[in-house]
Amino acid sequence: MKTRVIHWFKFSSPQNFYYLAGKMWPWFAALAALLTLVGLWISFFVAPVDAQQGQGYRIIFVHVPASQMSMFIYLVMAGWAGFGLAFNTRLSGMMASALAPTGALFAFLSLVTGALWGKPMWGAWWVWDARLTSELILLFLYLGFLALQASIDDPRRADKACAILALVGAVNVPIIYFSVKWWNTLHQGASVSLKGSSMASTMLTGMLIMVVAFWMYTIAIALVRVRSIILDRERHTEWVKHAVA
Amino acid sequence: MSVVVKPVGLGRVLLAVLRREISLGMRQKGEVLTPLVFFVVIASLFPLGVGPETALLLRMAPGVLWVSALLAAMLSLQRMFATDYADGSLEQMALSTTPLALLVLAKAMAHFLLAGLPLVLMAPVLGLQFGLDSRALGILMLSLLLGTPTLSLIGSIGAALTLGVRGAGVLLSLLILPLYIPVLIFGAGAVEADAAGLGIGGHLSLMVALLVLSLFFSPLATAAALRISLE
Repeated sequence: MKTRVIHWFKFSSPQNFYYLAGKMWPWFAALAALLTLVGLWISFFVAPVDAQQGQGYRIIFVHVPASQMSMFIYLVMAGWAGFGLAFNTRLSGMMASALAPTGALFAFLSLVTGALWGKPMWGAWWVWDARLTSELILLFLYLGFLALQASIDDPRRADKACAILALVGAVNVPIIYFSVKWWNTLHQGASVSLKGSSMASTMLTGMLIMVVAFWMYTIAIALVRVRSIILDRERHTEWVKHAVA
Repeated sequence: MSVVVKPVGLGRVLLAVLRREISLGMRQKGEVLTPLVFFVVIASLFPLGVGPETALLLRMAPGVLWVSALLAAMLSLQRMFATDYADGSLEQMALSTTPLALLVLAKAMAHFLLAGLPLVLMAPVLGLQFGLDSRALGILMLSLLLGTPTLSLIGSIGAALTLGVRGAGVLLSLLILPLYIPVLIFGAGAVEADAAGLGIGGHLSLMVALLVLSLFFSPLATAAALRISLE
């Protein structure tokens, strides 16, 4: 019997991954564009007006996927960081640093859309709600990661130091979340939940499509970014000279 | 002829490093006193900023004192490894047979004794200025006593990560302050909960939990970060 062995570790070399990522990213980008168009069309024209919140609710089609992705990207980033520390692979650190700006962007986007939604709904741009506060702290964690990355010149050292920071942050994220949650209930802060209103099915479909679109965008942009990081760090090698020439 | 080196117990190494750090710290009196003065100045700025109404100050006191203590404890973090890094003794520590995490633990403990404990002792004086009663002062001291060791331990990770890095001071605060939030919440929360007539058992238990957790994990993370900085 003939078995085909796939050498997965082949793609842990930056050179091979550079070409693989080059083949993959256009597909993810195309999917992201298509799904965003469909998702936005559903969210603007198909989904009905909400009985309680009117047209203003439509921002959740961007807000919910953005905040989901911001949290998930941190976990993926910490996963790559831990992988890099354990196996000492160069690519892992590059993946972590390729994901960080997108995570920070989504955390910021989630805060901005949350504020835009909060003004008409709650009458305030910002309330010290548990979810808002922990999203803000998540943004701080991303900014710390990016700042540490930027201030260490040696990329290998920067990768490892950031990996430790990402792991420490990942351990702390649940602790921070629950402490903020209990702090909030103790202070009797504004408590508004969406649980009361059940969502119409078209709204849910629109949101799910947007979630998938954000996923595709994240993968595409991370691949593009990791390609430029690879080129930058391997610029002294022969293959880069051939690839760029 | 081979020289047989008698292994030294880990407890004795811990005590030796602790004694070394404290005697080094005590020789630089300014390093111990500056954070303390900083604590007093910061806490005194708040009444000037928000006005002298007693009720308002009383309400704010636990949070203000905790935030001030947190910033003051952070001020001296950078020096935890910097001088040893500069004169090369940190490399000798990393090369020694004693686990680096143990030496790091001793350094964090020394930081608590030199930077955290003075804050605990100074806090009631500032608390009086804010009009806290003796019961609240006791709880404030207890919460600071449980919280500041955690601050030193978490801070040691940041100090190790930013060792020999451009703009280490500001970077350190950006990395560490978000991680300090749970300690701040439960520390200030304990005093507020007692003032509101609620029990403080939950808050103090959580602070002890944070202390135990960081006592175990942060020396390991710090030692890993130091090895990266020393590469």
